[in-house]
Amino acid sequence: MDLRLEGIGHHYGDMEIMQGIDLEIPAGKIICVVGPSGCGKSTLLRLIGGLERPSTGRVVQVGEPPIDSINPLTYIFQDFALLPWRTVEGNISLVLEDHGIRGAKAEKIISDVLARTKLTDFRKALPKQLSGGMKQRVAISRALAVKPAVMLMDEPLSALDSQTRELLMDDLVGLWTREPFTAVYVTHNLNEAVRLGHSIVVLSRRPGRIREVVDVTMSLADRELGDPELERQQKHLWNLMRDEAVAADKELLNV
Amino acid sequence: MSEDAQLATQKTVDFRGGGFAPQSKKWVGFIVFVLLIGLAELGTRTGFITSLTLPKPSDVFATFVDLWQSGLLWKHLIPSVSRLVIGAAIGASVGIGVGVLIGLFSLVRAGLVPLVAAIFPIPKIALLPLFVIWFGIDEPSKYALIAFGTFTPTVVATYGAVDNVDRSLIRMGQSFSLSWFSIVTKIVLPGAMPGILSGLRVSLAIAIILLVAAEMLGAEYGIGAYILEAGSLYDLERLFVGVTILSILGVSVSAVIGLFENRLLDWRT
Ligand SMILES: Nc1ncnc2c1ncn2[C@@H]1O[C@H](COP(=O)(O)OP(=O)(O)OP(=O)(O)O)[C@@H](O)[C@H]1O
Ligand SMILES: [Mg+2]
Repeated sequence: MDLRLEGIGHHYGDMEIMQGIDLEIPAGKIICVVGPSGCGKSTLLRLIGGLERPSTGRVVQVGEPPIDSINPLTYIFQDFALLPWRTVEGNISLVLEDHGIRGAKAEKIISDVLARTKLTDFRKALPKQLSGGMKQRVAISRALAVKPAVMLMDEPLSALDSQTRELLMDDLVGLWTREPFTAVYVTHNLNEAVRLGHSIVVLSRRPGRIREVVDVTMSLADRELGDPELERQQKHLWNLMRDEAVAADKELLNV
Repeated sequence: MSEDAQLATQKTVDFRGGGFAPQSKKWVGFIVFVLLIGLAELGTRTGFITSLTLPKPSDVFATFVDLWQSGLLWKHLIPSVSRLVIGAAIGASVGIGVGVLIGLFSLVRAGLVPLVAAIFPIPKIALLPLFVIWFGIDEPSKYALIAFGTFTPTVVATYGAVDNVDRSLIRMGQSFSLSWFSIVTKIVLPGAMPGILSGLRVSLAIAIILLVAAEMLGAEYGIGAYILEAGSLYDLERLFVGVTILSILGVSVSAVIGLFENRLLDWRT
């Protein structure tokens, strides 16, 4: 299943947030979205996943999601959004229960996703007992449990320290290599963008428009910390963004 | 700096953190009680406090033992506790239900919040005659009074608690296509539970106050009737026995809620 954004525009009251966004999200690819603060990245993600209606344009689903997909458009949030009163497995079974998956069937899915995110030993732990990186792993395994056709990730690693971030990036690459998933990955970290994105969408400052789409052809598994080609791409992205970022920063001060 | 380091005076940095973190120190409360009672006993024994001002704590205790041995204690306590339980259960459950509805539906909120605000400040005791007319002099009017008094603070605490549930968790629920009912029962209600329970502490204390008020007006047995009778005879020992029983009742109710909090809210950091 692919997604296509057709002329998406959005405003809150009088404030124009984004304009004329056209974008293809092909199956099996990770699309990273970068842009200055406040340009509407989170809003765009909410529009794609149907948590909000765009003011103009529409999000088109091209083709059917795989039949075993329980929740085709699935989010991973920056703040993890785990229920603090449920254990790790309870948080995962939460999203299965409502789709009628219980008992042995749920058990099988839970064991599988926990193994894939290396959380098997923490099955009965409460979120308060886990570190930030572990919490985000739980959120990732919860997302995997519903077999999404597209994962919508809003700065999933930005609440984590840089070492944990490296580890989780490796995990994501590992997950993708074993079984390619489709994702829209919003980040303000250009390094994450060049490490994880098959293509990188650069948005302008508010009202957000697509400034450029940068394709990174190197295969995900080969991308390593400090690779010169990636450094070059990252620098190119930063050059694109610098002026926008400076302008956006000033704009916020003027408000 | 590095050269002066040996010569300069050295001193540990003053500690200025700490505090603002409630810790469990149960015995302190107990000591305060014992100290106060000990002081009263000393004062009345030495004659510094006359027996007209305050009865001797040891006499109060003896009266209490009498009451117990005569079997009258249970005769007063059982009707009181059952009134409290039934009245508070009705008031709290209706209050939680209405509070959740106010929290969830804007229409209900717009309609009922002003109404709740209007009936909150009414001293419910003043309405007792009305309840007697409506429900008769027997038990139902007492239940109604206690239920009504418990209802308003529970409603206010509950919808405040529902309002405070983390919206990002609700959005998470929607993003996984959970049903409306699941979002309410699995996310909103557990998330509101801390606020609801701390609201119940207040509501149940109010219920005890109203229990006594209701029993002072037409009840043969009950702690309130016992206190009223002692008061009209100026029998200070028995008055204090009654008051002490009420305090113990209050402490027990609060302890029960504490137990619930420990069981239901162990997920809190
Ligand atoms: N529900 C809302 N109502 C009104 N304005 C909103 C709402 N949500 C977002 N905005 C505004 O829309 C703009 C874009 O917000 P958004 O969160 O999408 O930006 P972002 O690109 O994700 O920013 P950041 O990099 O800080 O996460 C911001 O100026 C924000 O104040
Ligand atoms: Mg954002």
